[in-house]
Amino acid sequence: MFDNLSEKLDKALHVLKGHGQITEINVAETTKEVRRALLDADVNFKIAKEFTNKVRDKALGQNVLTTLQPGQLMVKIVKDELTELMGGDAAGIDLSGNPSVILMSGLQGSGKTTFSGKLAHYLKTKKNKYPLLVACDVYRPAAIDQLHVVGDQIGVPVYSDKENSDPVSLAKAGIAHAKAQGQNVVIIDTAGRLAVDERMMTEISQIRDAVQPQETLFVVDAMTGQDAVNTAKAFNDVLNFDGVILTKLDGDTRGGAAISIRSVVNKPIKFIGTGEKMDALDVFHPDRMADRILGMGDVISLVERA
Amino acid sequence: EKTKTSFFTKLSKAVAGKSRVDDDVLDNLEEVLVTSDVGVETTLKIIERIEKRVAEDKYMGTDELNQILREEIAGLLSETHTGEGTDFELPGDKKPYVIMVVGVNGVGKTTTIGKLAHQFKNKGFSVVLGAADTFRAAAIDQLQVWADRVEVPIVKQKMGSDPASVAFDTLSAAKSKNADVVLVDTAGRLHNKVNLMNELSKVKRVMQKVIPDAPHEVLLVLDGSTGQNAFEQARQFTKATEVSSLAVTKLDGTAKGGVVIGISDQFQIPVKYIGVGERVEDLQVFNKYEFVDSFFS
Ligand SMILES: Nc1nc2c(ncn2[C@@H]2O[C@H](COP(=O)(O)OP(=O)(O)OP(=O)(O)O)[C@@H](O)[C@H]2O)c(=O)[nH]1
Ligand SMILES: Nc1nc2c(ncn2[C@@H]2O[C@H](COP(=O)(O)OP(=O)(O)OP(=O)(O)O)[C@@H](O)[C@H]2O)c(=O)[nH]1
Ligand SMILES: [Mg+2]
Ligand SMILES: [Mg+2]
Repeated sequence: MFDNLSEKLDKALHVLKGHGQITEINVAETTKEVRRALLDADVNFKIAKEFTNKVRDKALGQNVLTTLQPGQLMVKIVKDELTELMGGDAAGIDLSGNPSVILMSGLQGSGKTTFSGKLAHYLKTKKNKYPLLVACDVYRPAAIDQLHVVGDQIGVPVYSDKENSDPVSLAKAGIAHAKAQGQNVVIIDTAGRLAVDERMMTEISQIRDAVQPQETLFVVDAMTGQDAVNTAKAFNDVLNFDGVILTKLDGDTRGGAAISIRSVVNKPIKFIGTGEKMDALDVFHPDRMADRILGMGDVISLVERA
Repeated sequence: EKTKTSFFTKLSKAVAGKSRVDDDVLDNLEEVLVTSDVGVETTLKIIERIEKRVAEDKYMGTDELNQILREEIAGLLSETHTGEGTDFELPGDKKPYVIMVVGVNGVGKTTTIGKLAHQFKNKGFSVVLGAADTFRAAAIDQLQVWADRVEVPIVKQKMGSDPASVAFDTLSAAKSKNADVVLVDTAGRLHNKVNLMNELSKVKRVMQKVIPDAPHEVLLVLDGSTGQNAFEQARQFTKATEVSSLAVTKLDGTAKGGVVIGISDQFQIPVKYIGVGERVEDLQVFNKYEFVDSFFS
């Protein structure tokens, strides 16, 4: 499907090259292909439309009649817009609290428990912190065991209490435990939940209110399709989260959900997950993500060839 | 792209002055389909099919458009006999009937196995589970919880052991117990990881040492909120394991799961089940009309 995209852009850019200038017609042709590429990459329908309209206006507004390579300019406009949309440089994580409390949230299976472990490992090995993992998923079968296995793998303590089925009091007890043990970061793993599940959304906002986290993170699967906007918006409405974690980018998904989420909640993407192992975490680079979504590697080499 | 233009022109002409169906309706339709994750290509295909119908049936009102749409979209699914089953059934001729469950990480494989075990057991079948995800943290414990919940036997080894060996043990046990159905859980894996995909082919081969035509069914689980990447998942898992059925999970949320239309059409794999929650009873037999209707609700 994506080879298709390169081909089409190739064609569209040839039109541009042939004319030697950007006219309204060939701009429309190119933006149409860009829009299709965005949709194939799972960028939300409305956002893709707005984005390409903006690109079109920008292309037409620029004084490009004298440009030697309008195709290249077009690609640059698209890429710049996309990178800008996805925010500036990688945003850090607030570790000012004592302990600093980090709360995970997200849909079922998005990668919260795994990322909790990865973040703990990262903070321990790269930032000289003493993290504590707190198991607040009292629903998923063996969720607590899973966090313990993860904790053992990275040598980070885990607080859990199988007798307690109230995530709010578990979270508070976890923080108390961290204070008593001198752990200076608390990472709270929570159950996966759907945005339409009112009871579960109330639960997580109660956890948030009870522990006042420095960072509330929304963990989302990079393969998510059009629904990413609905979910991100609903979680943000309830939690006003601080940042986004994009997981499973070691796959071959284009990851257009990143744009959708970014435009609808305007919160930074802080880390990405690139594997199942505990060191498979990376900081987020907007420009690389832009490349990935558009398959820009292909597009740029194509322009250079032309 | 050309077909799309001609469709618009023709349809506008066909309905000029006769009904309210215009470009707005079609733009709307495109939006509905694309935002249901149907994908651009399949959306254009659906629009094309409707174009044909319009030409043949001299279609007029929007009510009829809805009906035609429902039929045409469902038509893409029905070529694979999708949605023709109405109950949790097993073909009677294989005993034990072996189902291997595969898919990328976190889609709901283990949960779907728990739910399926429950349904089959309710139908009076004897079920055996095999814990061949020996990789993910506490994956075996998770399946054990389901086995306890549904009260079916489970075959397992230690974390880190060879998944093919677990599958071998599971099939052997099921055979000696004279079980009706075996559900084998596998670790989630991304389809672009060659080694992990090869491992899956190996699990399959080892099963055949116990039961020559096993697995009788390879069930690919897709997360209903996944976008166009599900295509590549279907392609690669089919390459490695000859996927024969699909389950779409998490349709209790706002995601529509429309990507399975194109998948079922292109790979000729029927959608059998949908997951609609985390409880043991939250699995349904796929109904194509209800599915299509959910796009427009
Ligand atoms: N390939 C890959 N797999 C990942 C990544 N992050 C998580 N996973 C896998 O995705 C699956 C789900 O991860 P979990 O951490 O259990 O997800 P969760 O959000 O805690 O799930 P629930 O608690 O059930 O809501 C597991 O198989 C993980 O190993 C990643 O970045 N890449
Ligand atoms: N809402 C909802 N959640 C589901 C559904 N199916 C599974 N889940 C949840 O999704 C999460 C992941 O499910 P699992 O069954 O562990 O998925 P998996 O494919 O076995 O995951 P890995 O083995 O880690 O690859 C769990 O929290 C499940 O409870 C569903 O139909 N609806
Ligand atoms: Mg979890
Ligand atoms: Mg599993």
